Amino acid sequence: MSAVMEDPVQTVTVPVPRSERGPLPTRVVVTYGMWLFLLSDIVMFAAFFAAFVVLRDHTAGGPDGRALFDRDQVLLETACLLFSSFSCAMLGLAVEYRSKLASYASAVITLILGAAFMAFELTEFAQMIADGAGPDRSAFLSGFFALVGLHGVHVVAGMFWLVVMLAQVATLGFSQKVVRRLLCFSLFWHALDIVWVGVFTVVYLGAFT
Amino acid sequence: MLGKLDWSAIPTDQPIPLVAAGIVALMMLGVAVIITRKGWWTILWHDWITSVDHKKIGVMYVLLALVMLVRGFVDALMMRSQQAIAAGNHAGFLPPEHYNQIFSAHGTIMIFFVAMTFMVGLMNFVVPLQIGARDVAFPILNSVSFWLTAAGVLLLNLSLVIGEFSRTGWLAYPPLSELAYSPQVGVDYYLWSLQISGVGTLLSGINLTATILKLRTKGMGYMRMPIFCWTALASNLLIIAAFPILTATFAMLLLDRYLGFHFFTNDFGGNAMMYINLIWAWGHPEVYILILPAFGVFSEVISTFSGKPLFGYRSMAAATMAICVLSFMVWLHHFFTMGASADVNGFFGVMTMIIAVPTGVKIFNWLFTLYGGTVRFSVPLMWALGFMVTFVIGGMTGVLLAIPPVDFITHNSLFLVAHFHNVIIGGVLFGAFAGYNYWFPKAFGFTLDERWGRAVFWCWLTGFYLAFMPLYLLGLMGATRRMQHYADTSWQPLMWVALAGALCICAGIVCTVIQLVVSIRTREQRRDRTGDPWDGRALEWSTPSPPPEWNFATPVQVMAPDHFWRTKHDHLPLPGGPDLPAASSIAMPRPSATGFFVAFFAVGLGFGMVWHIWWMAIAALLGIVAVVLALAWRTVDDTVVAGADVAAFYAGRETA
Repeated sequence: MSAVMEDPVQTVTVPVPRSERGPLPTRVVVTYGMWLFLLSDIVMFAAFFAAFVVLRDHTAGGPDGRALFDRDQVLLETACLLFSSFSCAMLGLAVEYRSKLASYASAVITLILGAAFMAFELTEFAQMIADGAGPDRSAFLSGFFALVGLHGVHVVAGMFWLVVMLAQVATLGFSQKVVRRLLCFSLFWHALDIVWVGVFTVVYLGAFT
Repeated sequence: MLGKLDWSAIPTDQPIPLVAAGIVALMMLGVAVIITRKGWWTILWHDWITSVDHKKIGVMYVLLALVMLVRGFVDALMMRSQQAIAAGNHAGFLPPEHYNQIFSAHGTIMIFFVAMTFMVGLMNFVVPLQIGARDVAFPILNSVSFWLTAAGVLLLNLSLVIGEFSRTGWLAYPPLSELAYSPQVGVDYYLWSLQISGVGTLLSGINLTATILKLRTKGMGYMRMPIFCWTALASNLLIIAAFPILTATFAMLLLDRYLGFHFFTNDFGGNAMMYINLIWAWGHPEVYILILPAFGVFSEVISTFSGKPLFGYRSMAAATMAICVLSFMVWLHHFFTMGASADVNGFFGVMTMIIAVPTGVKIFNWLFTLYGGTVRFSVPLMWALGFMVTFVIGGMTGVLLAIPPVDFITHNSLFLVAHFHNVIIGGVLFGAFAGYNYWFPKAFGFTLDERWGRAVFWCWLTGFYLAFMPLYLLGLMGATRRMQHYADTSWQPLMWVALAGALCICAGIVCTVIQLVVSIRTREQRRDRTGDPWDGRALEWSTPSPPPEWNFATPVQVMAPDHFWRTKHDHLPLPGGPDLPAASSIAMPRPSATGFFVAFFAVGLGFGMVWHIWWMAIAALLGIVAVVLALAWRTVDDTVVAGADVAAFYAGRETA
């Protein structure tokens, strides 16, 4: 109250709206581009989800999900991927502190968990194909193998990306470019987690409702 | 070793594709000889092929689109000739399996490699200039996008001489496109060509969206962007949201064809109608991906040549974004006859009529912009006026088709063919030509010849009406699309009229070439020294023509909508000019051959997959990985243009 009395002439500065502040720094632009890519990737997954749901009951006299899926195994598989997201977040922290050792350690844990996830998935696939329940058995199985397989391809690509990033940290150090790429990688890896939560719910839990 | 490929893949029994391929090969050889003689190979490599400059990439996109327009149009001429002859007892000159390839190739080329490529090219060239940016958000990615599109084009054209193209229409509906009914390589060529170029389009969509949303210059708020940027934003958002669906759908069909999956097969529970739903969930937004940038071009052209700000700017932006959202809610109108319930058909019918409302808003905005303006009837404006008349007719037949009971009668008829050519030629293509004539002086520093430009316009306009109005009538008389032959000879006179229209358009294309040649020859008289030949409004006209690599020497501070127009009329210094006498140095992205090599290997990947040459596909994939890794370890990303060179550029322009 008193302040206003002492200074009756107030200068009002209108802040420049965010949309008029000019071009943003490279770090923001690059991660924004990565977000846009992830959105498009999720749209692609959405199409495969839609196809899976449409074809879920088209088993053509073959086995359905209830007969094929091992819930315990899938739970372990899911745990591997979710914990790999945790180690991936630790990787982010290690990069923040520019610690090579911690970065390597958390990246290796992420890789091991990713590999374990893929091992679970490939064993499941191999078992199903050996039992005559391959993707050519029914439209339901086509939808299943395509959706889960697409996610698996993403995980493998992500693991390859992480190995490349380890080599980049080793050779180029924590340059701005390398740090940006690590940031994009972690966005990608977490997005795969989110998609997997959808797969787990719709494909695996959905089979038992 | 070579998979399914052997000498029988060369269609030695079919003269037409071989002769066509021979002519193309001779033309390419001729171009190569000229380049070698003039010693242009190094220039071509350094200044164009490895360039990451958005302006050059935009020009290359447009050039690619113009070349493919000729290819697609030759297909159209063959179809019109066939239908003009093949009535009653006459079989025509094209056997059915060849005719089917021609209409499939015509649709595929015209949508993906002419309309799409042209619009992406215009957006690439114009958008960064209009928002006051030095380049797009990801310049190397931009080059990759372009070269992937070119890779798709190359793969599609390879099918002319090695093997054959798809016979299943431009959208390859299953079960016809499944292995059981199309065991040849045609569908595989179609799928791999579009998968590869589709990745390019998606990356380009991400790039331009990030550019518009994150790289606008200071003061360039959303409500100060030129409308072309709004339409480009909407179009690229649609690319991000729709193209992944296309990729997914084609991936499913590929899995069916290569690995025995059952997504769309007749047996084992496959569902072909799911393909139709998925493909149109991409396909309808695609229509707006094409037309929205054209709307943007017309907005720029009409306000410039009326000498007035655009009427109803805010409603124009709102209408654009409304179309962007609504375009995802109408896809089922492409197959009302599928057998969905009356309620479902009714919903999509109503939604389709609703989407005509924002389009109508735009038409009125353009009319009110012209009203009371000092209108200059230059070539770009003529295209815009031709568009407004033609597009309204196409829009009205579209609303007619949106009524499900009407659609049941006209489905798959020539009435439908006439409708979508009405909106795509009258909308997208007219927009492309308006933009081509409008921005050509900006790209090359001299204007295009007006007289030949008018000849192009009148040939296309007359040709369009002659070619497609008869098709409306024929459709109502019961003629279906994709006919290689028909029994009812009473249709023939109208087919002759349509052929006359196609020949008229052919004259238009010839005039386009003449216009270009004449303009290049007389370029010294038509040199644009001001950088602003049309008395333009948006920021691209504040730069010299052609703009320097860095577009703007200093960051532009935008104060109001139509900022450049205002500074020009208040006699203020040009925005973005250099701070002479001592201009500051500018860092620009270094050229990169990444795009070219990625595309090179992508062609190998596609070709290997089409012919089941697995080693080639795997090697090509590894090649792509290697190229990307090489880029990842590149240490120097920018080249610095010294301040003296910047100053010399502007000084050289003043004395010229």
